[in-house]
Amino acid sequence: MSPYFFVMLVPLLPLVSFCILGLFGRKYIKTTSGTLGVISLFISALLSLYTAYRYFFIDGKVNGIYQHIIALKYTWLQFSPRVSIDMGILLDPISVMMIVIVSFISLMVHIFSLGYMKGEERFAIYYAFLSLFTFSMLGLVLSSNIFQIYIFWELVGISSFLLIGFYFENPSAVTASNKAFIVTRFADFGFLIGILILAFYSGTLDFGTLIERLTTAGSSQYIDIHSATFLGASMLTWGLGLVFIGGAGKSAMFPLHIWLPDAMEGPTPVSALIHAATMVVAGVFLVARLFPVFSIDLTVLQIVTWVGAFSALFAAVVACTQTDIKRVLAFSTMSQIGFMMFSLGVSKYGGESGLGYTGSMFHLFTHAFFKSLLFLGAGAVIHFAHTNDIRDLGGLRKLMPVTHLSFLIACLAIAGIPPFSGFFSKEDILMAAYHSDKIIYAIAVLTSALTAFYMFRLYYSVFWKRDIHLHDKNHEEGTLSMRLTLVILAVCTAFAGFVPVSSWITSDGAPLESHIDIVFSVFPVLMALTGIGLATYLYKTENRRPQIITSAFGSLYRAAYRKFYIDELYLFITRKIIFNGIGRPAAWFDKNIVDGFMNGLATTTAKISGLIKGLQSGKVQNYALYFFGGIIALAVLFIYVLNY
Amino acid sequence: MNEISITQILFVSTALFFIGMYGLFTRRNMITMLMAIEIILNSVNINFVAFNKYLYPGKLDGVFFTIFIITIAAAEAAMAIAIIINLYRSHHSIDVEDAEEMKY
Repeated sequence: MSPYFFVMLVPLLPLVSFCILGLFGRKYIKTTSGTLGVISLFISALLSLYTAYRYFFIDGKVNGIYQHIIALKYTWLQFSPRVSIDMGILLDPISVMMIVIVSFISLMVHIFSLGYMKGEERFAIYYAFLSLFTFSMLGLVLSSNIFQIYIFWELVGISSFLLIGFYFENPSAVTASNKAFIVTRFADFGFLIGILILAFYSGTLDFGTLIERLTTAGSSQYIDIHSATFLGASMLTWGLGLVFIGGAGKSAMFPLHIWLPDAMEGPTPVSALIHAATMVVAGVFLVARLFPVFSIDLTVLQIVTWVGAFSALFAAVVACTQTDIKRVLAFSTMSQIGFMMFSLGVSKYGGESGLGYTGSMFHLFTHAFFKSLLFLGAGAVIHFAHTNDIRDLGGLRKLMPVTHLSFLIACLAIAGIPPFSGFFSKEDILMAAYHSDKIIYAIAVLTSALTAFYMFRLYYSVFWKRDIHLHDKNHEEGTLSMRLTLVILAVCTAFAGFVPVSSWITSDGAPLESHIDIVFSVFPVLMALTGIGLATYLYKTENRRPQIITSAFGSLYRAAYRKFYIDELYLFITRKIIFNGIGRPAAWFDKNIVDGFMNGLATTTAKISGLIKGLQSGKVQNYALYFFGGIIALAVLFIYVLNY
Repeated sequence: MNEISITQILFVSTALFFIGMYGLFTRRNMITMLMAIEIILNSVNINFVAFNKYLYPGKLDGVFFTIFIITIAAAEAAMAIAIIINLYRSHHSIDVEDAEEMKY
């Protein structure tokens, strides 16, 4: 038995708490359900931290390279002696890092929700769903094979559906949860086909074996998958491309990002969980998990790079125009995930050129802290002011000092200002982009300047801009649990950059020397400072400058405000083209041919029975007549025809 | 004195049978229908007795059968009259056509 057997408890504890809360929470332990959820997550987080400590410092490394450790393996479905589906736990640097992030952020969200969701009618159910969500994501990152990851992938989808639609009395929440589910489900379809292609050609589902077989040049599987082509691309490209579609759907990459802003209909702590730890990073994680295979196919890497870079820029532009505090944050998530994606795309496997991979994972790590902090801060603001719209907010810095300070730290971190965490990870990404593709680098720098601009636009609009006078002076700044989580996360955000992630998490497992190039950092930081300065100029005090600028941009501003009409485009395609072109003919076929056949059968039967039902008259004498006639007929038959 | 031949007896019983049949099919009054059924049964009884006498003179099987039939006919008449009385109670009529909706 592996010494890491206990890792099994990390995902299982939230599952247990989900079962208990889901079954009994509503009736029996309504008030203490939050505590139960927090305790199970707390133990889970402690175990993850211990795992990380043990893995990174004690026995994870063999000959200077971090090993892949199978902590648990159990054959679940045995199809044939060689093909089986296993359930297992795979520990490697990224999964160890992810369980720490997921359980820690989820713990923070659990604690924060104690205050935020207080008095909610379905409090226990909320905690049950949170636990389910955490369980799914922990299971996903620990999966040892591609089929297992797909199962947890769908579990993540369903639990996000449940949480986004938590306020199901609200029609827009229902629409949003449906949208999130359908869009990601659509992408998962690509993922499933990709899995089938990869598994078919490699003959295995297990990550380790699959990667080994597909990356060893000269192995029969390697030759097969490269020589088989479909529509001019090799099956490897197709398989990885389809897997990437699944990842892009979950990670809200353009053009599958449309569900993400609407997902803000859920409770704000849920948004924090979705954006920081559980859902949107799943796509990045998937690409990172299969990265050795991705890295041998340059076509797919190009797709990953450009989709990521475009999404980053696109989302940053849209975020500059949004007025809903949570939507700004949603688009900033999309933008940051875009950073992680293109960073993976520009990376290569192994050594110094694997910097992009490291940077991507590092950014995932730091992003989890500052994004959850931003969302929880936004949650505190909404809890306090009861509005999402930044045009109605302002001047909260004196009323909410803790939130204000932590929000500021998170904004500085996401803007990439040293020495906050975002700076270090973004630096790695920019460095990798610079060494790989100058255009991508330009997009990245522009995006990070825009990021700094819109984050500080948000910051000033919420906390400065004007002084508001509350009617109720005794209004508290959230509960103790809310402030406590903000403080913890602010500390993490400020110092997470000093965690030596680059010496732990690399594409090939060998530590990478981290080097901050001061000269290189100057330009991006200056760009970010320019963005901040511009935001200060425009939004620190209430003035007419923003209106002048928006009217100067005119149609571009309107397009960005409407998210570049992507939603409308989707509606056009689905309503006008798919519904009219496919839906209505199919409905016609169903109504007239399929239903018509069935109705025809029914009417024919009814007609025939109408014809013969006259025999059943109810007249006793008629019956007697039939009876007598029958007897005569039989008699004639037996005597004259059969001659008995 | 001339012996009565079996043909003549069978002629009588056949005539009775068809008279009963005619009555059963044409009458609407249930009591009359019951009487028609009794006539049919009696025509059969005559057949039994006649065949017994002419084919197996030394035996009494046919006669016993006749007695059984008479007994059963009595029971059957009691049943039929009970049904008719109940029908009369609910429909205030013993016309067989008024009982048509009983098929539902």
